[in-house]
Parts: sequence; structure tokens; C-alpha cells
Amino acid sequence: MTSRDLILGKIKKNNIVPKADLPEYDNFGITYEDKFEQFAQTIQTVGGDAISTTKEELDVVIRSLYNEEKIIVSNVAESKLGNFIANDEEDAHNLKDIDLAIVKGQFAVAENGAVWLKNNDNRHRSLYFIAQNIVIVVKKSDILNNMHEAYRQISFEDSGYGVFVSGPSKTADIEQSLVIGAHGPKSGYVIFID
Amino acid sequence: MASHPENATKYVANDERMHWHDKALWFVREKRDKAAHGIPEWEQLRDYASTIKTHTMNKLDFYLEEFERNATAKGITVHWAKDAVEHNEIVHKLLKAKKVKKLVKSKSMLTEECHLNPYLEQRGIEVIDTDLGERIVQLRNEPPSHIVLPAIHLTKMDVSDTFHEHLGTEKGNDDPTYLTRAARASLREDFLTAEAGLTGVNFAIAETGGVVVCTNEGNADMGASLPKLHIASMGMEKIIPRLKDLSVFTRLLARSATGQAITSYTSHFHQPIEGGEMHIIIVDNKRAEFLANEKYRQALNCIRCGACMNTCPIYRRSGGHSYEHVIPGPIGSTIAAFKEPEKHNSLPFACTLCGSCTNVCPAKIDLDSQLYNHRQDLAEAGYLPKSKMLSMKVMTYVFNRPKLLDFAGFMARKIVPKLPKSLIYNKFNVWGKTRDLPEFPEHSFKELYTKMKKDERDKDDK
Repeated sequence: MTSRDLILGKIKKNNIVPKADLPEYDNFGITYEDKFEQFAQTIQTVGGDAISTTKEELDVVIRSLYNEEKIIVSNVAESKLGNFIANDEEDAHNLKDIDLAIVKGQFAVAENGAVWLKNNDNRHRSLYFIAQNIVIVVKKSDILNNMHEAYRQISFEDSGYGVFVSGPSKTADIEQSLVIGAHGPKSGYVIFID
Repeated sequence: MASHPENATKYVANDERMHWHDKALWFVREKRDKAAHGIPEWEQLRDYASTIKTHTMNKLDFYLEEFERNATAKGITVHWAKDAVEHNEIVHKLLKAKKVKKLVKSKSMLTEECHLNPYLEQRGIEVIDTDLGERIVQLRNEPPSHIVLPAIHLTKMDVSDTFHEHLGTEKGNDDPTYLTRAARASLREDFLTAEAGLTGVNFAIAETGGVVVCTNEGNADMGASLPKLHIASMGMEKIIPRLKDLSVFTRLLARSATGQAITSYTSHFHQPIEGGEMHIIIVDNKRAEFLANEKYRQALNCIRCGACMNTCPIYRRSGGHSYEHVIPGPIGSTIAAFKEPEKHNSLPFACTLCGSCTNVCPAKIDLDSQLYNHRQDLAEAGYLPKSKMLSMKVMTYVFNRPKLLDFAGFMARKIVPKLPKSLIYNKFNVWGKTRDLPEFPEHSFKELYTKMKKDERDKDDK
């Protein structure tokens, strides 16, 4: 007997857990009058920041935040700062020297300061983590209230990879002191454009 | 193996450290409260989580098969391991096939449970724990003392000393940012040179055949997006039915764990990286047994947030290592006593039955009831220490004989206050080691009650 059959057999044999109906989450969950404000407040508590600007001003804003960074990847149409094409690299390890990644976020979530990233045209998912700094660009109209609304927008019918990102990487493993910049980016901004 | 009271005695001997540990954990508990109170529908969310878990466990075989089917369709290879040994063998086989010499691992309590690191190290594979807390304890050759905060038992000076020895940081520099940067630099090299990454699994989605991993540091993603081989180890109870059920768990997990609204990264893995392989190992290792037991079945509903530890007055004051079990605290105590009562029979007694764990548990597991039930079951199975068994027998005998109980009480009230301290606090009085007996009242409740009733009657007669 394979371990698979053994395990499934064991589960079936004596399972006394009662039946229960799965809940539905329509119209469930906290909502906010000013979703941008809520998002901005939340992301600030985790070492990030939210900025509102226009398409035209996007690169000016990014440059005001990061003017020393040399190797920059952009997969956002509205930003022309990119000078390194990550998708051309065969090996994900070659992304290791990227100073700044400017990436597209599908939507932001007000309740927890998270942004959903699932870019099927991004060849290397390591881009989001290996870059020293990250700027996520989201449309102003794409801020949702809560995670129940968020998961309604997500699908994995195709394969792929998606991630909620909330602020830069961080740790509090040394005496509960919050340190921004663990293994992923050391700083992170979410910029909203029209 | 020592019992919890033996280990805890040593731990509390350092009064300053005990209070420091207690405060550190209580700080996290308070952050949890603040985060939970910010969500008006918090209690409804806990109800949902409990219901989803119950529903899933009732149909666990169905959902595991659905998960396997959907994961396979996405190019992920699914393996099944009945126990820890088989899990380790599968991991080793996969690594050997790719000639892996260095494995970067993100947090996985399951691989701790299976003792994967020593197994692989004995076979010539270098294993690097990449979560900062886990890396610290790995360098110190210690197990984690908490499931979310592995190095919570250490001060920053402890970490400074460890890093000075292993990473060459400045002696005496205990600045957390400095130390974290040093670990980042060292581990970045490991991420770039490892041939395989292993992650745990927070949630596995039956509907989509993918797994979700939650971290703050980004280490799981570095490890699973650079090397060509990604192995994800999951306990079989990690399954959830639908993608949208994650909306409940992602709202509860980080808030319950550390008081964050969500972890920095909530990664949904549904395919290998380009040119790579992804493998998922589904592990039983005595989990199925819980499904057959009404008293303990809810222990499988745990989402490993650690809230029960942070709130537990015993955990906070005795430290995670006192439990000598991969998962400490209330949830660890019930799992350990269920799976291996012969080894972990002292753990259900490391509990005041205050019920705080049950109150904070995001999946509403009946932790305090489980620990209470274990005490009876352990006694029946003969696992209590002889002294406790004997005193329980004496108590049962006396409590079953009201007259004898009255007499014993009467004698105790008259005699005990007159006895010399040395006689009362003898070595058999374990309870009295750190506690004083209460002052004995002159009359028992029964005497007072009888007198009161008599006085009332006398009054009425007049």
C-alpha cells in the first residue's frame, strides 16, 4: 500500500469531525470612507509609505525618493526610469545588483496596507525580493476595503505566482526591535496615480 | 528528558530574565489585542475560521485529493509522507537527484518536528535556516523557543555574542539594526549560492492546487525564487477548501500573531519558477489520529499564530524550552500529550486553566478543555507521578466519606496552625515550596452554614 492510500484510508476510517457548511463573505468586512487615507496610515506603521501623484509626475516623485540608485528595473508603462531589463536575463541570480524595482500592483487593500502583485509578464518573481528597494505603482481607483473584496479579484485558474506585499521586508527577531530591511527590499513605497 | 516543572524551576531561578521574558510576550499579546479590536467583525471572523476548519477536517480526504489533482495539473509534484522518516527521505531523495549541497530553509515547524536538519547534515548537505530568529538559534545549536518568535528567549546581547562568534560582528555591539544587517549580508550569499529552497506552508488551497507562505522577512520568497528546486513541506491539516477562504485566515493570522494587519509577504505559489521544479510533501505523522478523537480533534484547526503562547501565564514565565517539544505553550502541550503521552505527560499540568488561550485563539480551539481532559486521561493511563497518584487516591477516599472529611477538616484547622513550619513545608509538600498555606479559618463553611440556618430558625421562632 502506498503512503498516499494509507493516509487517505486512515482519515476516512475513524473521522468523527461533524459536518459544517462553508461561510460566504459577500458584503462582509470593514469598509472605509477614505480608503487612501486608511491605506496610507496602515502602511506607515510597517515602515512603508503611500504617495498620491499623477502619471506625469511619477518619475519626478520616484527620483525625489531615490536619486542615488543606479540599476533600475521598471515594468510600469508610466515610468521611464528603467535601465535594466530583468526579463532579458536567463538566470534569476543576475538580478542581484538591482538597486530599485518599479513594479505594477493590481490593487491595494485599505485595511492592511497590502498590494497584490501578480504580473504574468514578469519573468522572474525574485525581482520583488532581490531588489534593494521597491516602488509599487497602483491606480488610485484600485483601492479595495478589505481582504474579502481582494480575494474576489484574484484567480489562479492559470498557474503562476502572486503575492500580497505590505511595506518593505522587516524583522523583530532581535528583542522585539523592529528593523526595516530583512532579506527583501530595505525600503518600499506605494505610489498611486490617476 | 526532564519534566516541565523541573525545567521551569531552572528557568525561573533567573528572576530578572523571567520577568523580561514575561514582559516581552505580554507586549506582543497587547499588540494583538489592539489589532483585533480594530476590526469590528473580529468575533465573526473567528467563527468563520472555526467553521471552515471543521468543514475541512470533516472532508479532509476529499480536499487532499482535490488539492493533489489541481497541483499536479499546474506542474507541481505532490508527495505523501506517513511519518517524519518518510518526509526526510523524500526531501533527501529530491536534493540528491539535483546534487544539492546547500539548502536554504524558511520557517517550517514541520521540519523541526521531523528533525530534518540533522538528517540532511548527516548526509553531507548544508542546511541554512534563513528566518533571522531561526538562524540565531541554529548558530547557537538550540531549538526555537516559540513558533513565530524563535529567538524570543534571547536578549540582544546574547545575539551580539552569537554573531560575534559566527559572523565576525563587533564584540559588544548589540544594535538590532547592525546585527540584522550583518545577518542579511551573510544570508544573501547563501540565497545566491544555494541549489534548493525549502519552505513551510501556511495554507494549501484545494480549489487551486497552490500553497501560501506568510513571512515578514522575505526569506521564503528569496529561497523559493532563486534556486531551481523548491520543496514545500506541509502538515496535512494545512488544507483549506477555497481561495476566498484565505480572506478569513489572512485577516486573522498576523493580527493574532504579532498584532500586524498582515505579514509583509503573503505569497501564493502555483507553479515552479522558469526551468525549475516545485514539490509539495503532504505529511501525516500522527495527525489522522486527532480526527478520531472528540476531545482533541480541534487541535488540528491550529493555524500556528502563537497567540496562545503569548497570553499563557505559564509559557511567559517558564520559556519555550521548558516544554521540550517542537511546539510549546498551550497548543503544543495538548498536541504533545496526545501524540506522545509517555514523553510529554507533564505538559497539560503546565496550565492554570485560566482559559486565556481559548479566548485569543483565532480558530477558537478549546485549548483549556483539552488540557483539562488530558489530566484525566493521563491519570487513567497511569502517567502521573507516583506522589500525585497516591495523594489523588487519598483525596478520593476522603472526599467520598463526608464524616471523615469533616473530621479531617476539623483536625487540620485545629492542628496545622500550631505545627512548626519545618514540619509543614517538608520536601513532600511540593505545593508549599514557593507558596504559603492560607490562614486557616476557625470554622468550616459547613459549620458556618449550619449555624446561620439555625440562627435564622431561632429568629423566626421568636
